[in-house]
Amino acid sequence: MSHHDAQKSIKIYLFVFASLIVGTILTVGAWKVHMPTVFITVLVALVIASVKASLVAGWFMHLASEQKMIYAILGFTAFFFLGMMFLTLWAMTDAPTHALP
Amino acid sequence: MDIPYTVLPRRDTGLYNAKLGIWLFLASEVMLFGALFSSYILLRVGAYPGAWPHGILNVPIGTVNTMVLICSSVTVVLGWAALKANNFARYRKLQAITIVCSMMFVCIKSYEYYDKFTHYEVVLKDGRVIDGHLIEKVGGGQMVNGVRQHPESIILHGVEFPAEMKAAGMAKVPLMERLAGEHGGHGSHVEHKEYTIAWSDTARVQNYGPWHNTYLAIYFTMTGLHALHVIGGALVMGWIWGPGAKLWKTDPERYTNRVEVSGLFWHFVDLVWIFLFPILYLL
Repeated sequence: MSHHDAQKSIKIYLFVFASLIVGTILTVGAWKVHMPTVFITVLVALVIASVKASLVAGWFMHLASEQKMIYAILGFTAFFFLGMMFLTLWAMTDAPTHALP
Repeated sequence: MDIPYTVLPRRDTGLYNAKLGIWLFLASEVMLFGALFSSYILLRVGAYPGAWPHGILNVPIGTVNTMVLICSSVTVVLGWAALKANNFARYRKLQAITIVCSMMFVCIKSYEYYDKFTHYEVVLKDGRVIDGHLIEKVGGGQMVNGVRQHPESIILHGVEFPAEMKAAGMAKVPLMERLAGEHGGHGSHVEHKEYTIAWSDTARVQNYGPWHNTYLAIYFTMTGLHALHVIGGALVMGWIWGPGAKLWKTDPERYTNRVEVSGLFWHFVDLVWIFLFPILYLL
């Protein structure tokens, strides 16, 4: 990134900062409102968190415009990360269904 | 011999070496935290229905700490942009804010930990449960044959759950949700009183440390590891900001790259917290 680009980016950084603050307020606000199901509560919180994370990764960490090598590294990481998340969850399918005593 | 590619990008990677290094490191960090997030999900969906506690943590404090971390993240990237514009003084100011924010985060987190370690659940021999914050332990504490003696009594400020509730097989967790009101949660307000409990009347005395339940175990593990990252990141950025700043005079581009690389780590720490906050405090 050139010196000039870095200066142009300052406005973007401040915009991302404001969005992150608003996102945090929205997260807490959405939690205060009673959602119809737990699934929707979790979904809303995780969607907001994902948007905030994308803003941090994309602009603060400059992933929106990076070298191919970094995308390649992160591609592998994402693959194994998702594997770790979902393969373990499949283990739940043969778990006995809980019943309260 | 100088370390190669500290400033200029290598032709094959298109990156200076430290940047490639930090991204490889961050990839391993994603797997480290990913394993813990995966464990959290398994523990959570595997818990008995209604047994996962809510409202144990203080949401306003957690929100403030989230804001503090976001502020520190923007000052890092603005500081780096200042260096790119050759404005060292501005970088110094911005990065000082980052370091102060990191210390604020750790202080607030320490207060939250302290709050949990002084929060006790006392099960009495008659089945009643008293849950509250420690005011004082009276007597005891002396060492006899290498064993620390129990206090004679314990004074808590909290609430009492009647024995019938426990006898009826009601888990304590739903009852605790009623207390959530005290932490800005959904629960209704429950009157808190001061209880003086003789040690001889107690069947079990336990604070809200990681040993108390599964939720607190994963809470302390995840936030503890995260806090170590905050401390580590603050130390590195503090060194670059202070004693390491000599490099700016001799090799400003290399110095700017150091700031960028430490900043990438810092943003990652912020990114982890963005997920930790809702899953531990809110959901």
